[in-house]
Amino acid sequence: MNKFLPGTDPLMAPYAIELAGINKSFGAVHANRDIDLAVEQGTIHGIIGENGAGKSTLMSILYGFYQADSGEIRVGGQPVTINTPNDAIALGIGMVHQHFMLVENFTVLENVMLGAEGAQLLSGGIARARAELERLEREYALEVDPSAIIEELPVGLQQRVEILKALYRGAEILILDEPTGVLTPPEADHLFRILRQLKEQGKTIVLITHKLREIMAVTDNVSVMRQGEMVATRKTAETSVEELAELMVGRRVLLRVEKGEASPGAVKLAVENLTVRDSRGVTMVDDVSFEVRAGEIVGIAGVAGNGQSQLIEAIAGIRRAENGRVTLDGEPVSVTGEADPAMLRTRGMAHVPEDRHHMGLVLQFEENENAILGYHAKDSYVNGPMLDLASIRRDAAEKIEKYDIRPPNCRLKTANFSGGNQQKIVLAREMEQDPAVLIVGQPTRGVDVGAIEFIHKRIIEMRDAGKAVLLVSVELDEIRSLSDRILVMFAGRIAGERGPEATEGELGLLMAGVADETEAPRTKERSTEPETEAAE
Amino acid sequence: MAAPYAKLPGWVDYGLIPLINLVVAFLVAGLVVLLVGENPLRAAALLVQGAFGSGDGIGYTLFYATNFIFTGLCVAVAFHCGLFNIGGEGQAYVGGLGVAIAALTLDTVAPWWITLIAATVMSGLVGAAWAFIPAYFQARRGSHIVITTIMFNFIAASLMVYLLVGPLKPLGSQVPATRDFAEGAQLPRLDWLIEMFGMNVRSAPFNVTFLLALAAAFGVWVLIWRTRLGYEIRTMGFSPTAARYAGVRDTRIIVVTMLISGALAGMMALNPVMGDQERLQLDFVTGAGFVGIAVALIGRSHPAGIVPAAILFGMLYQGGAEIAFEMPNISRDMIVIIQGLVILFAGALEHMFRPAIARAFGGLAEGRPKPSAAVTR
Amino acid sequence: MGALETFILILDSTVRLSIPLMFAALAGLYSERAGIFDIGLEGKMLAAAFAGAAAAAVYGSAWIGLFFAVMVSIGLALVHGFASITHRGNQIVSGVAINFIAAGTTVILGQAWFRQGGRTPPLSADGSRFTAIELPFAEAISGVPVVGLVYSELISGHSILVYLAFLAVPFTWWVLFRTRFGLRLRAVGENPGAVDTAGISVTWLRYRAVICTGILCGFAGAYLSVAQNAGFVKDMTAGKGFIALAALIFAKWKPVNVMFACLLFGFLDAVAIRFAGIEIPGLFEVPPQFMQALPYILTVVLLAGFIGRAIPPKAGGQPYVKER
Repeated sequence: MNKFLPGTDPLMAPYAIELAGINKSFGAVHANRDIDLAVEQGTIHGIIGENGAGKSTLMSILYGFYQADSGEIRVGGQPVTINTPNDAIALGIGMVHQHFMLVENFTVLENVMLGAEGAQLLSGGIARARAELERLEREYALEVDPSAIIEELPVGLQQRVEILKALYRGAEILILDEPTGVLTPPEADHLFRILRQLKEQGKTIVLITHKLREIMAVTDNVSVMRQGEMVATRKTAETSVEELAELMVGRRVLLRVEKGEASPGAVKLAVENLTVRDSRGVTMVDDVSFEVRAGEIVGIAGVAGNGQSQLIEAIAGIRRAENGRVTLDGEPVSVTGEADPAMLRTRGMAHVPEDRHHMGLVLQFEENENAILGYHAKDSYVNGPMLDLASIRRDAAEKIEKYDIRPPNCRLKTANFSGGNQQKIVLAREMEQDPAVLIVGQPTRGVDVGAIEFIHKRIIEMRDAGKAVLLVSVELDEIRSLSDRILVMFAGRIAGERGPEATEGELGLLMAGVADETEAPRTKERSTEPETEAAE
Repeated sequence: MAAPYAKLPGWVDYGLIPLINLVVAFLVAGLVVLLVGENPLRAAALLVQGAFGSGDGIGYTLFYATNFIFTGLCVAVAFHCGLFNIGGEGQAYVGGLGVAIAALTLDTVAPWWITLIAATVMSGLVGAAWAFIPAYFQARRGSHIVITTIMFNFIAASLMVYLLVGPLKPLGSQVPATRDFAEGAQLPRLDWLIEMFGMNVRSAPFNVTFLLALAAAFGVWVLIWRTRLGYEIRTMGFSPTAARYAGVRDTRIIVVTMLISGALAGMMALNPVMGDQERLQLDFVTGAGFVGIAVALIGRSHPAGIVPAAILFGMLYQGGAEIAFEMPNISRDMIVIIQGLVILFAGALEHMFRPAIARAFGGLAEGRPKPSAAVTR
Repeated sequence: MGALETFILILDSTVRLSIPLMFAALAGLYSERAGIFDIGLEGKMLAAAFAGAAAAAVYGSAWIGLFFAVMVSIGLALVHGFASITHRGNQIVSGVAINFIAAGTTVILGQAWFRQGGRTPPLSADGSRFTAIELPFAEAISGVPVVGLVYSELISGHSILVYLAFLAVPFTWWVLFRTRFGLRLRAVGENPGAVDTAGISVTWLRYRAVICTGILCGFAGAYLSVAQNAGFVKDMTAGKGFIALAALIFAKWKPVNVMFACLLFGFLDAVAIRFAGIEIPGLFEVPPQFMQALPYILTVVLLAGFIGRAIPPKAGGQPYVKER
């Protein structure tokens, strides 16, 4: 892959950070593969990539949280070894973690001091720390009450404390890992102002994000990561959202899926004004409405983390919604009350969850035990209170054959199947129940190429058999090749609707949150009128 | 996060590693024997001799094992749901109350087997009731079940003392115990079972409860691996998120599991109360509730492992008494040490030898193809 | 004896009974505040009581007894640390194991070494036991009504360990809230990630916390066998480690509250010992067993959130694994 390294002028100040040939594996997972990166002094350097592209791992290596398997790190031109966060701190590297590393029942001051107390007794350090904190707050306009308790502060201020922590330790290089994930747009804008100001004061900033808008708004240079590799580096001024989106997602060589015309029938799943908050109270799904008809695939595109997960979990009864209505086959579902996935299954809703390891499967179970997960009360699998093992195993063996699950052994522990075969176990279970509605989350995540084609074909077959399919995927190609209609989610809302012929760039803009003035309100309007024609 | 350690063949996980842990525990116990100036090998020989050398020895070994099967099952059932029921001791203790109620009511009017059925039901109910509050608080109010069950052990002890020095004591008696049960609440011995093998039993209280314990072990196996409820319990224990996805209601499962666990502990009381002492007296549980933890850990929470592990501990209890005769420096408290060491090595330090064993097996498996990196992410 | 005298005598025995609880609960506080649950307080206390009494008997010095008590207790604390910090084992299981190992070993070694049925030789008052300290003027003003009685009976006349226990409360508070170590200790029990990213070793910090637990459990044990009693008897802790645990929870893991919780539990015990049963006039008699169970009942009620809420340190019970 060609790399464009900015600022190759040898007379310039040395790079703040240079990484060369960094490799890191966790077991069989190659999280970072031969990463090279050069960050200019006094700039804001963005690192963009999808979830799981290896950005956080790379930065954790730089911060001494993990050690690279191979490769070299240079800070200020000098080769360095960073074994612990202490080494990083000593080299002037500070990090603001995605999940704040704050002690929630401590005060701001205590959090800032932690690890840099100055003396064995706090009494001496406190006064000094308070003075220093006040100086920093003034200098960088980072106001926050030193005696406030962290858990009582809004997240935006908590993040400010993280930044102050780094500055207090004398950080010259500041790494921010997905800093806006928990922020509202105004808070994010405020953060960017702070970052620009820090840059003016000569700090170097590395901003990790999967949000294109942020990269365009605040960075000087941007590096793109994909599947553990650094695929490109650009000057922000010389690139575009479209180019970055394409670099991020990549052009995956997919066999074109054979697919006939959709013939949508009656509305099977209708979602109206659904609002979902996460455990911290952050609104993840914001007033979303849409519907899915029998015999069509509605794809939800979007960069991971824009509320898709919460949306399908709420519809499937796993997560309680704050507000809104869902109707399944014309009958209402109590999404805001006591969630009951078991009851929804009996009413014909099948759900292939995004996370098969933690949700869709119990890895310690035998294959045949997972083949009934969620359907374990179904008549054909039980004899009164007893499991009908013979029937369960026969059924599992049939599915194994039909879905070509390998090895064809229903007594094998599920953890011993490959990712693709594990996914087929889930698909077989959910698809073979003859559901009215099929919700599929990330159907091919971590699945080998051979299985992808098979899974795609099965999804189309479900559509052609008259099922209403709701597909959520962060793989744009997958969405485009399977969906009959595409909804793009951004920041918890449906940013727009397109047909399958929409270009990648067009969808990319929607995914990046570039407002779609004409489409967004129309989508909402339409979805509340069940009679309107589906696709454009 | 995926399992932190490499996968090992099943027989290593369920056979070799528990065995190594057990051996290490015994080696350390041997050191203690050396420390008090006795010969560990001779102690081991005495132990086996005492436990299996005579009909009475075997009788006592199996009598103790009966207790430990029940309490081991009690701990194991809760483990399957991801719960640590440390309250088996208290549940068994109050279970004795259920036994006493049935026995004192029926012993003069019914034959032993009717009393046994009634006592089994009552002891199970009372044991389950004692587990209910901690279970409900855990499921609904988030209070840690370990702490509440410990507290309930002590509350049970106070309650039983109160009842046995007060309401349950016959008038005029100085002993904190109920009256002796009449014939209708005395369980038949199983001496014939041992005598079938040509040995004599004179006094061992080995009784039909042993068969009930085996039936309970079989019942637990059926429950956990053959019923819908067991399926839900295991789903909950392995992955609460998957359980949620599957529509398993967590409060219900936690409470039901603990009721079963408590009932099993409660039934343990049948063995000493109706099978041996033939009256309800103080402190008849003598730590069996805690031995259940060791038994469940060694037996890997599977009845097929729990029964032999319970017999192993029965052997320690009986053989330990024999050692005490021969070796003045060693008393039955040696067993408590071994029990502690077993819990330490098979429980808290269960992973200590695992990396080394995994390396040894990794080395052997080097030649085989590794799963492709593309498969998992 | 008048009501006042009786009351003061009960308070006096409250103090004596709450001292081992106070040491042990404070001990647990260090560990649990650092995120390591410890249900092995009982075992450490028991082992320390044995070691203390044995060493005091052999060397004829209460102080040497105390030293050995502390050392043995630290040893067991390190076993707990090794299992739960280094090997990320289950902290509950490890605590249970330690309780059993201590219960068995003390009897076996006691019998092997002293041959008195698991007892250690009785300690005499000639320096091999911590004896009562008469505070100045105690005798002189004992005749003064109320004040004199309180001073001479309640405040004066305890062993040095009693005064140390009461000093350990503010000291623990000071360590926890006024020193660097305390700040980090509290932080590691709430969010070990914050400590790790601040460049502090989570492992070493937690080991230091369990060592503190060991030291204080040593004091608790030594108090039982070398001060309150003149020697060790089998199972002499008799569940005090668990009452201390209950007190710690009841006190919501705060040092000063720990003192009051221990005094309360000690008071309940003292009342139960003093009166066979308490009569509520005209109604019924409260059995002494109820008084003994009350600490446990109160703790259960508190844990269930019916009276306030006891929220344990957030990271408690979970081994620290760097997240990916």
